[in-house]
Order: sequence, then structure tokens, then C-alpha cells
Amino acid sequence: MRGMYHVDGSMQSSTALQALAGGALIGASASLFLLTHGRIAGVSGMLGGALPGRADDRPSRLGFVLGLLLAGVIGSIVAPSRFGGTPVELPLVGVAGLLVGFGTRLGNGCTSGHGVCGLSRLSLRSLVATMTFMVVAAITVVIVRESGGWS
Amino acid sequence: MIRAALAVLIGAMFGTGLILSGMTLPSRVLGFLDVLGRWDPTLALVMGGAIAVHATSGRFIRRRAKPLLDTRFSLPASTLIDARLLVGSAVFGVGWGLAGFCPGPALVSAASGASAALVFCAAMLAGMLAHHALPTPPVAR
Repeated sequence: MRGMYHVDGSMQSSTALQALAGGALIGASASLFLLTHGRIAGVSGMLGGALPGRADDRPSRLGFVLGLLLAGVIGSIVAPSRFGGTPVELPLVGVAGLLVGFGTRLGNGCTSGHGVCGLSRLSLRSLVATMTFMVVAAITVVIVRESGGWS
Repeated sequence: MIRAALAVLIGAMFGTGLILSGMTLPSRVLGFLDVLGRWDPTLALVMGGAIAVHATSGRFIRRRAKPLLDTRFSLPASTLIDARLLVGSAVFGVGWGLAGFCPGPALVSAASGASAALVFCAAMLAGMLAHHALPTPPVAR
């Protein structure tokens, strides 16, 4: 770890390594959930299903969401530098949240359900969904950046 | 009871992966999505790593007759590529590109007490409830 923040190249490679390790941990969690619960570890589906009266096995869904929150509480104490704000204004953040909530339910999945689990299962439906939200998000970023939306 | 308890544990593991990977840094996520600008490709490794692990082990797990804690697998059966899938994913994409939060990292970040993530999650829940309030479309999913 010594000198990690002095040499540009090694800092980048450590960031890349963390991204890869974090990704592997996400994949391992999804596999564990499949093995124990027999279900897709998709966060939007889990959260939507945890809401009153929507889906079966609500306790497990609520549990998974609770686990995510638990990681956030502990993580923000242990590694506060791993958390950051967003460069857009708060009202825009609210709009973004509405769109993400509505869109992931309409499209039946988000980055985890379609992106990680769906692509792992070689689902064409999930591939189409993932390519759609990736491309649209990239276009949105260009528009927001070019119109001076980032502070 | 054991199902819910294990779900908490697996959810915490999933959340730890999100934190370690850098997904709880919206500015880095936006940098990853900024393909036409100063693109930071690092986060592609998150999805790459996750898929590498899950695609491999998932193959073996799905060969089982049933999961450990349930009588059967409950996996999405739909292969339908319809307007709901495309419009929903596009709407999600706009929201993701606006703020740099997708559902998992948003929940994890909200638990850290960050105000932007709290606002985002409140709005996200409202968006989900709005969708749930819609009448179920006559077409089977």
C-alpha cells in the first residue's frame, strides 16, 4: 500500500483491482442467493417486492434490502471515502430517483437483475435491457454535462 | 426465519461489494457513463467481475433440483422483448445518467446518511409505488 497515492499508475491499478474484487463479491453474493433462495438477486425487484402486497417471500426481500442498508451503515463508518455525492442539484436528484424507481419496475430490472444476473444467464431479454439503459444513460450524461448540469 | 436472516447476510455481502467496487461514488459512475467525454472505463470491471463469477457458479447451481432453502427455483421465465422492457429500461437509463445512482448503490449510500442519496431513494420508492398503482396491463409478462 505504501506510495499508493504518489504514483499515478499504481493508484489506478489499485482502483481497478478494487473494482474487480468488488464485482467478484457482487457475483458471489448473487450466486449464494441463487443457491439458497433460488432467486435473482436484483435490487429493484427486491425493493419493489418488499413493498406491501406485491410479491411472495417478502421477509427475504426485506432482509436483503436490510443487508444492503447494513453494509451502508458500517461501510460509511469504516470507509467514508468510498461514499460520495452527486454533481447535480438536489431537485434533479429527485427527478432521477423517480425515473429510476418507475423505469426499473416497468422494465423489470436494473443493473443487478438485468446487468449482472440476466447477462450471466445469457438472457437475450436482459442483454437488450442492459444495452438500452447503458446507451440511454451515456446519452443523458453527455446532455447534462454539455448543458452545464454538473457543479 | 432462516431464509430472511440469510438474506440479510447476503444483502450485506452484496452491499460490501458495491462499496468496494466504487459504485457508491456517483461521480465515478458518471465518469464511466461519459463514454464520449473523459471516459473512465474502470467500472466495467465491476460488471465483468460479477458476471465472471456468477455466470460460472450459476451454471452449476441451476443444475440442482432445487435451491437449499426452497422447494423450487423462481427464475424469470419471460423472454419477451416488448415496449415495457424497452421503455422501462430507457426511463431507468435517463435517471441513472442524471444522478449516477442505480438502485443498489443508492440504498447503500442512503444508509450512510448522505442527503442526496436519501432524496434519491425517497423519490425512487415513490416512482416504484407509482408503477405499482398502475393497472396491470392485459398482456402477460
